[in-house]
Amino acid sequence: MARTLFDKLWDAHKVVDVGDGADLLAIDRVVLHERTGGIALKSLAEAGRDVRDPDRVFAIMDHIVSFRPGRGRDEARLPGGEQFITETRALSKAAGLHLIDTDDPRQGIVHVVSPELGIALPGVSLICPDSHTCSLGALGALAWGVGSSDAEHAMATGAIRAKKPAQMRVSVHGTLGSAVTAKDLSLHLISKFGAAGGSGMAIEFAGSAINALPLEGRLTLCNMAVEFAAFTALIAPDDATIASLMGKPFGPDDIQWIEAVSEWRQLFTDDDARFDQEIEIDAQDVAPMVTWGTSPEEAAPVSAHLPEAVEREVLEYMGLEPRDTLQDLKLHGAFIGSCTNGRLSDLRAAAAVLRHGRVAEGMRAVCVPGSKSVRAAAEAEGLDKVFINAGFEWGEPGCAMCFYAGGETFPPGSRVISSTNRNFRGRQGPGVRTHLASPATVAASAMAGCIADPRRILERQVAA
Amino acid sequence: MSRKPFTVHSGVAAPLLVDNIDTDQIIPSREMKTVSRNGLSDGLFAGWRYASPTDRTPRPEFVLNQKKYAVASILLGGDNFGCGSSREHAVWALTEYGIRAIVAIGFGDIFRNNCVRNGLLPIKLPDLVVRSLADFDGEVVIDLPSQTLSAGPNVHAFDIDSYAKRLLVEGLDPISLTQQHQSEIEAYFADDKKVRPWL
Repeated sequence: MARTLFDKLWDAHKVVDVGDGADLLAIDRVVLHERTGGIALKSLAEAGRDVRDPDRVFAIMDHIVSFRPGRGRDEARLPGGEQFITETRALSKAAGLHLIDTDDPRQGIVHVVSPELGIALPGVSLICPDSHTCSLGALGALAWGVGSSDAEHAMATGAIRAKKPAQMRVSVHGTLGSAVTAKDLSLHLISKFGAAGGSGMAIEFAGSAINALPLEGRLTLCNMAVEFAAFTALIAPDDATIASLMGKPFGPDDIQWIEAVSEWRQLFTDDDARFDQEIEIDAQDVAPMVTWGTSPEEAAPVSAHLPEAVEREVLEYMGLEPRDTLQDLKLHGAFIGSCTNGRLSDLRAAAAVLRHGRVAEGMRAVCVPGSKSVRAAAEAEGLDKVFINAGFEWGEPGCAMCFYAGGETFPPGSRVISSTNRNFRGRQGPGVRTHLASPATVAASAMAGCIADPRRILERQVAA
Repeated sequence: MSRKPFTVHSGVAAPLLVDNIDTDQIIPSREMKTVSRNGLSDGLFAGWRYASPTDRTPRPEFVLNQKKYAVASILLGGDNFGCGSSREHAVWALTEYGIRAIVAIGFGDIFRNNCVRNGLLPIKLPDLVVRSLADFDGEVVIDLPSQTLSAGPNVHAFDIDSYAKRLLVEGLDPISLTQQHQSEIEAYFADDKKVRPWL
C-alpha cells in the first residue's frame, strides 16, 4: 500500500500497538535544554528512575544563558537564573548524558545545534521538551515537541505513547520572489488558514518551491509549523539534505555512510499515498510579510493596511489605529536571531541589507547568532563587522530576546520588529509590541526606523 | 507515581472566551523562577491577573479576580487553547491553583497531552456549547466515566480518547504502563542497532 513519508517514519518506530488507539513509539534521541529539561531530569532522579540509554540524550544550554558579549559560564539573562544552568549541568553529568555546556564551542539553540552536529538525522525519531522541535522535520526526521513529563517518559523507557495524527500536505508551486523567504511563506500560510489551521496534524511540505528551498529555509518553514498548531512538519530529504550531513559527529561514520544514505533515499511519500487534507499555495502570491497583532495569524504583506475588523484589545495592546498602514509604524527595537531565523543564511540575508546603511537613530538593534558555530562562520566572513558597523549589538548564542524570561529587555510599549516566531502579548517583555518578519525585513526596517520592504533597498542597489 | 484520579467533579466555570490563549499568557516565562513543578500558581495568568509585573494588585476586570469566580475550578476557553510553548509549567500552575478541567473549542496538542499527564481534564466542545456554559450560573458537573458535562438541565456528551480517559480516571502513571512493554522496547533497539548502527 502506498504510504506517506510520515507513515514510513511512524511504522519504522512503532514498537507495539498498546490499545486505546495509541502506539508505543521508539524514540531514537532526546534533546533537552535547561528551561524544561532540567525539571525532567530532576523528576526522573526523584522517582529513582535511571536514564535508560544516556548515549541517546543530549542536554544543550540555550534558553536562560546570557547573550551579553563575553558572558560568564553560569551567567543567566535573568536574576536567579543561574540555577537552571547549574542544576541542569549537575543532573546531566550525574546521568551521564551528552552535555553541551555554556562554554562548549558547539553550544547554541537546540534546534540550530541538532542539525549542525548530526543529532537530528533523516529517519530519526527525536523529541525535546520544546515546541519548536518540529523544525527538525526539515531533515526528514520524525521530531516533535513534548512536555517535560513525556521527555521523562522517553528517557526512562526509550519510548513514548502516541496516537497517530491526521496528515496534511502543503504543496507550494512555482518560485518565491526575490527577498521572499521561508519565513514569509510560513506567515502567509498561517495568516491564510489561521493559527489553528493545521491543528494536531502531521504536515508534509512539498512542491517545486520547497524543493528549491535551501536546507536552512526548510528548517525555518518547519519551525513555524507549531504556530500553525501542527503536531509536526516534514520535508523529504533530498541530495542537498544528505550532502549537508556528511561527517557529522553524531551521524554515520565513513564506513556506515553508504548504508545510511541508502536508507535515507527511501524516505519519501509514495505517488499514490493519500493525505487527510491538502493545501495548495502559489509561490507567486507570497510577499514579504509582517505580523501586526498578537497571534502569528495576524499577519499581512509589508505593504498592506491593517484589516478593518480588528479586536479593540489587539489594537490597544499593539498601539494601532484601525486602517493604519503597516509601513508607517515607527519602531523602537529590532532583533535578529532564534531557532527560526538565527542561522548563517539568515545573518547573510540581513547583512546584505545592512551593508547599505545604518540602524535608524534611537533604535536598539540586537543580533544573536543561533549557535557558536554560526557565529564563528559569520565572523569568518566579516558579517559581525557589518552588523556592528550598522549599529547592531552582536551577542553570545542562545534564545536571547525571542522570549522574555526576566532581566532587561525592550521597554513597555516599545515596538519591535523581530525575526522570531511568536508575537504573543508580553513575549519579548511586558507591554512590548512584537512584529514578526524575515531577517531581511527586520534589517530593512531597522534602517528605516519603521516597518519597511527589504526589496526597496535590495532592488535599488541592483538598479544602481 | 500515581496521580489524583478524576471521576466526577462539580465546580464553577470561569469564562476566558478568547481564541489562541497561549502558554505564555497562562504562565509568563518570568514567573518560572526555579527548577520545580511547585510554587507556580502565583504566576498563573500573571500578565492579566495583576496590575503590573512589579505590582501584584489584582486587576478587577480579570475573570478569576471576580467574586463570582473566586472558587472556579473549571476554565472555559476558545479555540487552540494552550498553544505556543511546550512549558508544562502552564499545567502545573493551573492544577496548583485548583483548576481540574478546561472546556474549550480546541486545544494546543502539547498542552492537551500535558494536561492528561497531570490529572487536568481537557474537554473539547463546540463553540455554541462553550458559550452557553459561560452564561450558566451555578456549578457545572463533569462525569468523566460517562463522558458527560451537565449545566442544570442541559447535558452535553463529550469525546475523549480512551487512553487519556484511562490515565485520568485511574490516576495512572504512564511510565509504569510503558514499562510493562520494556522487553519489547529492548528487542526493538537490539534489532535496530543492527540496521542503523550510527544511532
